[in-house]
Parts: sequence; structure tokens; C-alpha cells
Amino acid sequence: MTLSSTSHTATTTGARDHARAQAGTIAESMPVLPATSYQRVPPGVDEETMTWAETIAAGGYSSKVVARGSTLRLTDLHGDACAHVLLYNADQPWERLNVADTVKVPWQAYLGPGHPMLSDQGRVLATIVADTAGSHDALCGCGTPAARARRHGDGSPHGLTPAARALFLLAAAKHDLGPRDLGPSVSFFKGVHVEDDGRLRFIGAAGGPGAYVELRAELPLTVLVVNAPHPLDQRSDYSCSTLEVLAWRGEATRPGELLWSSTPELERALLNTADYLTARGIE
Amino acid sequence: MSISTIGTAPLLGTLPDGYRVRDEVVPARAPWSAVVLADQLLSIVDLGGNQAVDFLVYSAQDPSERYCAQATIAAQRSLFLTTGSVLLSAEGNPLMTVVADDCGRHDTIGGACSKESNTLRYGYHTRHQHACVENFLAEGARWGLGKRDLVSNVNWYMNVPVDEDGTLGIVDGISRRGLTVTLRADRDALVLISNCPQINNPCNGFDPTPIRVVITAAPGDT
Repeated sequence: MTLSSTSHTATTTGARDHARAQAGTIAESMPVLPATSYQRVPPGVDEETMTWAETIAAGGYSSKVVARGSTLRLTDLHGDACAHVLLYNADQPWERLNVADTVKVPWQAYLGPGHPMLSDQGRVLATIVADTAGSHDALCGCGTPAARARRHGDGSPHGLTPAARALFLLAAAKHDLGPRDLGPSVSFFKGVHVEDDGRLRFIGAAGGPGAYVELRAELPLTVLVVNAPHPLDQRSDYSCSTLEVLAWRGEATRPGELLWSSTPELERALLNTADYLTARGIE
Repeated sequence: MSISTIGTAPLLGTLPDGYRVRDEVVPARAPWSAVVLADQLLSIVDLGGNQAVDFLVYSAQDPSERYCAQATIAAQRSLFLTTGSVLLSAEGNPLMTVVADDCGRHDTIGGACSKESNTLRYGYHTRHQHACVENFLAEGARWGLGKRDLVSNVNWYMNVPVDEDGTLGIVDGISRRGLTVTLRADRDALVLISNCPQINNPCNGFDPTPIRVVITAAPGDT
């Protein structure tokens, strides 16, 4: 680069003006602040309760701490997103999503409406309260950097084909969490079916553009979201389309709701959660 | 915890030839751990039959690199472990490889029992029963590992089918007395075992029993 007196950024004031002139640009992948100003608030949701509005392109990630009672809606805007998700109790991140308990305790391998996302402490981090996609995966995780590098030649987070694991490491680091804090994850919008002999068949997306899944936070949550191809997706390119992440304030599951007592296992998990919150003095 | 080779039980098992670095019985309900050096073989013998053996493995050099059930099953495109299965880390590197297996299939998705999850699965009366997570925490602490280091584990000899509609569960086992699984360490590997104490489901035939663990030197080493 050559210095030139005609450059707009040759001086501090010029550089400042140049920087400030950029704001307001619309990108495919970006947060919208305040979230209450988001243009695509779902029907029936009070825009004043919005707390998170962001789009995440292929190979991107984001994270946020959300209050108990929040609804987190993930939307597969164009029909080819894959949302890898990790959840932590925001107050004590050593308590985190336990995928084994999440499939074992409800006696169900496939995620769908009413399915609890359980922590390792017998508590509910979140419950799935809506699902128009119908195709998710709790078995295969987010893939490895080694596999991503074999497929595309590169899985580094600064490259064009980042490994989801590498992105989770960055998302976790923003909350002072490290590799030891990254346990098994779940994937929304890309499904896998278990055959009789235990073999895994990749189903992929089922919901089409606009399909969404909603998680209700039953505890204050640290949410890590990565949008990257599913590890069993054999397409040669890094096929993945933009994910929308929304959250709004609301109520956690309460006794008397159908969901509360929908299964004896979930009821005790919610009781354990209420017991913890009551003892801690959290409403 | 006392570990001995007294008795006839250790005679059971399909063991590889070679110098036995360790040959021990892990009592029912007890934990066990060891570093298995690269190319050494670790054999686990189901002495009583249908005994679930909860198992975690870490890179001995850097325990933040550890077994990843999801990476392992995604790579082999199958839920069950048997001969040829490679236990991968989350980074995608081999930690151990199953080189012999009398049983035929082992579980990757059921995880470990815990006092906390027992309350969900069986009720609050089970809250104070011993559980695999207790064993992993106690044994892991000897190596500087803690709660953050516990991830989805292997359950050797445990039978967890997944039905067409996704219903899954721990059902009666397919193992029996004397069946053996043998793994080769692909790098120096720290192994944690919980000889499962669960008595509320069929994973141990409702009767936890001892197992035998044998480390055999790498071929050529004596």
C-alpha cells in the first residue's frame, strides 16, 4: 500500500470518518441491536420482549447468556442450515448439556417437541417446545477438525471451511471456557436415523426453508451456536445456509402445564430444577 | 480399594500372548485406572457375565484431548463398537483401537449412571446409591481430572438398542462369563474404568460382578 495525500484514510480524522461511514451496512450474517428492532419478529411475539436477533452464515458462530424462561428460536432460513448447540448453566458452567442423559432418560434418541435437554446434574437446561423441522441429531456431534481438513483441505477457523469444533472453541473462549468444557453437542435441522444393526443413515434436512425449533430455557443459560455442515453430510462442498437465532423473554415451565407432567422422568427433572432454583433464591 | 488376583476368576478370558504388565481383578462397583502405553494391549474380561464396564480414555500427554463418542460413531457410521472400531478424540485422533472382541457389540450412547440421573430414571429413593460418575470422579481425581473432564463414555458389554421410532433403552445383555474385549493403545492413553454398580436396570443383570483387566506389553517388549 502506498501513502497518498489523496487517500481518504491518510489522516486520523479521515480514517475516523471512513470507519463511521460504514455503520448501517446490511450483511447476510450479523446481529441486530437492539433485538426489539428486528424486522422479522415471529407473529405472536411481543417485539418488546426480544433479546437476541442474529443471523449466522455458514461457518459462523455466536453465543449469548439468556435468562431462565427465555424462548430460543433457531430458524433454518433457506433450508440447509445445521445448528450445532451447546448449553451450560450460566451461573455454574461446569453444569452442562449431557447428551447421553438427554437421550437415555427420556428413552428417546431423536429430538422433538417435549424433549428435555438435560444437564449432568439431573436438571433441565431447556425443553424443546416447538419444532417444524422434525429432523435433528443428538448422536453424531459436530465433527472433528481432522475430518474437516481431510474433506476440504482446511478446518481452521480463519479458513473458508472451518470445523465446527474449532468454532465451538472460540465461542466457549468468549465465556472463559476451554476444550475441557466442550462435551457432546446436538445438531438441529440435520437428521440421522439408526438402522436395526446400529448403522447410521444420514437423513439431512426435512423441514424446508423457514423451519424452526424452539427451546425454552429452564435455567439461566449460556448458549453456544455454530452453523456448519453435519459430520455425516457427504456433499463435497461446505454446504450450509444461513441460520437465524432469536430469543425473547418469557416464562419457564410451571407445575400444572401439560409439559411439566408429560413424563415421570421430565417431571422429576423439572422438580430437581425447581429445587435447585428455590434453594438458590432464584425465582 | 483392594485389587487382587486371588481366586479362580482371573483364569477366565481370551487374552493376547505376551508379557502381562498388569493383571488385576476390579471388584464389583469399584473404579480402576491406568496409563496404557502406546502399542500395549488392554483386555477387559467380563468375569460374571453381563457386567457393564463404563470406560473413558484420555491422551496421557494432554488429557484435554479425550474420547469423543460422537466423533467415534460418526467416523464409523455405526453406534456399536466391536473389532476394528477406533476410539477417536474430539480432534479426530485415534486413542485406542478394538483389536479383539468376543461379545460383538458395545454401547456408545448410554453414558454413565449418576446419583443425579438416577433420581430421574428410578425415583428419589435411588439418590444415595453408588453410581459410575462417583467412580469416575474419584478415580479421575487421582490424575488431576475433575468434573469438566467427564464426557459420554463407552459401556463395554452393555446392550442399548434403538428402535425404529427412536425408542432406546438398556435391555438384557448379550455378554456372558469370560467374554473379553481387547484394545490397543494408539498413543499413551489414560484409561478410567467404573465397574458399574447400577442395580435398577439390567445392565449388570441386577447383580454387579467383578471384572478382570489385563495390560499386555507391546509385541517385542518384555
